[in-house]
Amino acid sequence: MFRDAVLMAGKDLRIEWRSRVTTQQIAPFALLVILLFGMALDPDRGILARASSGLFWVAVLFCSLLAIQRAFTIEAADGGRDALRLSGLDPAGVFLGKAAAIAVQLVALEVVLAIGVVIIYGAEVTGFPLLIATCLAATAGLAASGTLYGVLAAGLRVRETLLPILLLPVLAPVLIGATRSFEAALGGVAADGWPWCGLLVTFALLYLTFGTLAFGTLLEES
Amino acid sequence: MTVLGRFPALAGIDLEVAAGEIVLLRGPNGAGKTTLLRLCAGLLPITRGEATVLGHDLTDRRQWRALRRRVGLLGHATGLYDELTVADNVRFWGQAAGAPEADIDAALVACGLHERLAGLLVARLSAGQRRRTSLACLLSRRPELWLLDEPHAGLDQDGRDVLDDLVRRAVASGATVLLSSHELERAEALADRVVTIVAGTTDPAMSVVPTPAEEPLLVP
Repeated sequence: MFRDAVLMAGKDLRIEWRSRVTTQQIAPFALLVILLFGMALDPDRGILARASSGLFWVAVLFCSLLAIQRAFTIEAADGGRDALRLSGLDPAGVFLGKAAAIAVQLVALEVVLAIGVVIIYGAEVTGFPLLIATCLAATAGLAASGTLYGVLAAGLRVRETLLPILLLPVLAPVLIGATRSFEAALGGVAADGWPWCGLLVTFALLYLTFGTLAFGTLLEES
Repeated sequence: MTVLGRFPALAGIDLEVAAGEIVLLRGPNGAGKTTLLRLCAGLLPITRGEATVLGHDLTDRRQWRALRRRVGLLGHATGLYDELTVADNVRFWGQAAGAPEADIDAALVACGLHERLAGLLVARLSAGQRRRTSLACLLSRRPELWLLDEPHAGLDQDGRDVLDDLVRRAVASGATVLLSSHELERAEALADRVVTIVAGTTDPAMSVVPTPAEEPLLVP
């Protein structure tokens, strides 16, 4: 399973490296979102600093939708889905590999967004360990749930519009937990953030487990 | 029986293929040839009747995964990633099937993809080159059952000769081949037996063993 996961993640990241969709399209989009929020709320810079955690994670959520769409678009082209089913790869390995590749891209985007938030919104980081733990746990949850819903929507003709409708409500706990945890890491009391970080870890473990078990069935049936 | 949508795509297939045999499926468009090949690959369910491929009962979905590891399907779609090179694609699908590096390299060489073409992005290939790459992916897996759907389509004369040669070599090393083709002259020359499918049903009266082509008359 882990050999297949490494193979799958390597392939997806190689495709991303060659196509540069994350760096040339998704990252600029993420920065634009941050910038537009900044322009909309500019008259009161205090609001920007207070809302920076929520705005950061809303931007990450939008970017994750694009990354997930992209991860399954490459499999839908020219019979890739059938080839994947015939490949002999363990479906659990495919799930973990695709989730890992999405997670790597999201972490890179989060670094870019975090720099943007610090510069544009004037946010100050006071709790680095909590900040990093929140990013990792939330990213794992986003990638795992996104991969699961991505394969579900991938077999449908209306996948581009259906995926956000399916996925965004599911990601509400991640948005809430990550925002609260970030608020604690950005100028708040770090101890207040760790329970929210625990929620994110639970969410990630739940979807990683469920995805590992259910991905094969979804790949076959959807 | 296999149903696609609301209509039965295969309703009366009676076919037994011996190990090491090359069987050509022929019939008009929509007869069910592609459906039969996909069914043999464990990609479609059987709604009625029974089928066994390489000892795997196709009515039992739990056996599909084990079967898929042993078959190779060359279909209309290539399953290739446009953003990867030819070598990357063959390497990925070969490694997915657990093929050793030597087999992957040998497949690239056998399909004429080992030099300049190996480093080209698949997006830049012609249809025939994509077909060769797809064939190399299949070859690297060393399947026991080759399922070839219109394998000559898109290939140039050299590519067709390479394909036929690879099929004969695979059979010589113990593989079995089931192919569909509209290029009957070439495909019949390759096949041990021809089976005709009409409207999802095998037609025994139209199924024949092809005779070898006669030697051309020598004109002094």
